[in-house]
Amino acid sequence: MFSLLTGKSGERRLMMGNEAIVRGALEAGVQVVSGYPGTPASEIIHDLAQTSKDREMYVEWSTNEKVALEVAAAGSFAGLRALCAMKQVGINVASDFLLHLAESGTRGGCVLVSCDDPGAIASDNEMDPRYYAKFIEIPLLEPGSFQELKEITKWAFELSEEIRNVVLLRSVSRLSHASADIVLGDIPEAGLRPHFKCDGAFIDPMAGAVTTYPVVYKHQLQQGKMKQAAEIFENSPFNTYVGPVQPELLIITSSACNLYAREAVRMLNLQQSVGILKMATVWPLPNCLIEKHLRTTEQVLIIEEGLPFMEENIKVVAMNLVHDIGVKKIMGRHDGTFPAVDGQNPDLIAKAMAKIFDLLYQPVAEDYVALSTQIATENAPVRELGLCPGCPHRASFFSLNRVLKQDNREGFVCGDIGCYTLGALPAGFNAVKTAHSMGSGTGLASGFGSLKKFGLKQPVVSVCGDSTFFHTVMPALVNAVHQDSDMTLVVLDNSGTAMTGFQPHPGIAMDAQGNPAPKLDIPIICEAIGAKVSICDTFDMETTQRTLQAQLDDPVGVKVVVLRQPCVMSPEKKGKKLYEITIDEEICRGENCGCNRFCTRVFKCPGLVWDGEKKMTGINEALCNGCGVCASVCPSGAIQRKEVA
Amino acid sequence: MGDMKLTRDPYNLVVTGVGGQGTVLASRFIGETLSAQGFHLVIGDTFGAAQRGGSVMSHLRISREEGWSPLMGKGQADMVVSFEPIEALRVLSDYGNPRTKVLSNTRPLYPSSVMAGQARYPSRQEIKKYIGEISAIAKFFDATGEAMKLGSPVFANTLMIGALSGMNVLPIDSDVFRQVLSGKMSEQKVELNMTAFEIGAALVAD
Repeated sequence: MFSLLTGKSGERRLMMGNEAIVRGALEAGVQVVSGYPGTPASEIIHDLAQTSKDREMYVEWSTNEKVALEVAAAGSFAGLRALCAMKQVGINVASDFLLHLAESGTRGGCVLVSCDDPGAIASDNEMDPRYYAKFIEIPLLEPGSFQELKEITKWAFELSEEIRNVVLLRSVSRLSHASADIVLGDIPEAGLRPHFKCDGAFIDPMAGAVTTYPVVYKHQLQQGKMKQAAEIFENSPFNTYVGPVQPELLIITSSACNLYAREAVRMLNLQQSVGILKMATVWPLPNCLIEKHLRTTEQVLIIEEGLPFMEENIKVVAMNLVHDIGVKKIMGRHDGTFPAVDGQNPDLIAKAMAKIFDLLYQPVAEDYVALSTQIATENAPVRELGLCPGCPHRASFFSLNRVLKQDNREGFVCGDIGCYTLGALPAGFNAVKTAHSMGSGTGLASGFGSLKKFGLKQPVVSVCGDSTFFHTVMPALVNAVHQDSDMTLVVLDNSGTAMTGFQPHPGIAMDAQGNPAPKLDIPIICEAIGAKVSICDTFDMETTQRTLQAQLDDPVGVKVVVLRQPCVMSPEKKGKKLYEITIDEEICRGENCGCNRFCTRVFKCPGLVWDGEKKMTGINEALCNGCGVCASVCPSGAIQRKEVA
Repeated sequence: MGDMKLTRDPYNLVVTGVGGQGTVLASRFIGETLSAQGFHLVIGDTFGAAQRGGSVMSHLRISREEGWSPLMGKGQADMVVSFEPIEALRVLSDYGNPRTKVLSNTRPLYPSSVMAGQARYPSRQEIKKYIGEISAIAKFFDATGEAMKLGSPVFANTLMIGALSGMNVLPIDSDVFRQVLSGKMSEQKVELNMTAFEIGAALVAD
């Protein structure tokens, strides 16, 4: 039995934040689950997929977040409780449907979980999705502790059913990926039967059609639901206050910042002067509750992850009350108390409070800080972001970079999202020259390729992964063909969604539970779309480079090159070496080769080491994955590869 | 063995190393053991692009109270357990203070810049000296080497946990630890890991 299903009510267990969200959903009796991989959300779908082997639930990794939300909504329309999980930018992909879903309303509890990454620890953007709740007009909940990750997830389904609308629940990396001991509750018996009742009167919310028509009427109903939610929130036990009745400083906070703020107050010993109002129901704001607390103080400090969302909303409430309660000093990001970007932490908060209270905040003696900083700076070289030893992308970018340079027409590569985004860094030879959102590389390439018609002479290339191809690249490829654009798409097919933990996708013959599933063929799809398609093994550098050059030599139309080789982490490959790699010490002349230590300095596979004693290249046996690519790269043939039986 | 007092509450432990070494798993094992003994735990992991050989760090907040932050404040570490020597230096510069105690593996994992011959990695003597200068007590041993003697580098995890228990800064009960392992692996593997635990504890005993 999957571990998150076990355990009795009242039992205490150490679990990761995402596991707490999963447990909360199970305790709510969730039956339909969907999502797309994205850090820090991925564990939610993965764990629920494992759970579905032991319990009647439907769980899928969807092609992209828009489809995922549609799948979850179907569950809700059929009367079941549904959860959809994604990282912050997934909300953008799902947003058009989310808007319409919020206007049509829902039936079975429908919860959309956004796991954000403030400070972009594992993202290529910083985005605060909470504003969606405001303009799409749905409730927003932010659990502010580990226990709340479970309790509020569970409650979100009840709230959704009460107001008959989708609820946005927001977590952050330092909750989702952190662990704490939490108390379990009961998991109900599985299984309502799904049925989509739609033969009633057109506008009957539980028995009619589920649409946004008539639009203004439905919009009005939706706003009524928000008022209803605000009333419920006035008495929610999840909004908590700790501190003196009349604090000298009132902190209003949410999410992980609640924990940082408590820490900072303790560090400065300000429990007698500072009160912490932790908001879990962040939108719509319960105005009476906010008013009650604004009345108790003259100074407010708002601490939240992301943009000043709560700060702005609270300022509106304060302004509306100004003739009654007077002017309050409200500090946060807008006044520069906190930086406008990057994640929150206990030190930023302690520094801010020290300034407000005119205290000295110096947790460690200056001389220790100076000495330890100097020692670390001088002696602890930074660990650069790189590709794994044996990564097929290293070979692919090496080939692409070489071909484009030798072609000598300033050709460039439009990148996309995945491990291969690292192609923009030295690890990928800086081959990638644009990097934005999922699927955008090929859209950009379609655009660049159309500029050829009035004079662009540079060869245009885009790259994408196998999962990204299905996510959002396909429409861009269709566009390129239909618009007669001149470009080459290189699909880096490493047999899985690697960066996020190797989840399956429609190109893999396996579903979220690990059962066999129909597999779609990328080359056949590209041919059907109308592109000229080639397939190569990226570890066969010679054939790959010849094929890539041939595409650049063909000036017309859309070309696709599918470079195939499984990721090192792929179940197909794990542990199996293709070759034993050795250095022929007679041939490798180190510094005297004239190659300028090409293999360790440029190619930079972690399996290759510069041996300072022998003054030549060596192989790091512990790291080498035996892909054999370095043997093709060494200009003097000093790197030997022997096939493993 | 399991005297239930903490020398400081919360006790702030940082476990650090390189992505792939098992520091996150080790933190969970330590956390589950102390949680089973009745302490409240919050463990904050930083694992961004860690898989690709990056630095990783876990902040363990061990307490009689609930609700500590998953990130401790700067300079608040009581103990640093490092699976890789220069990661200890990095952690101490942010979270260390003169009272901090350190337990470190001596086996280096060279960053790519060092392997390419573009940056210098300090010698073992230098590392011991520097860590000694910015900590109250520092213990070192070749956990990777000892693990290889037991048959596999994965035993470095339990060797380090055993050594941590041997430093007597936290009441890590070996019987409770054995129970935590029993829930996760075969009896044979539990025995091997408990042997590693005991060897680790003995290696740091004065």
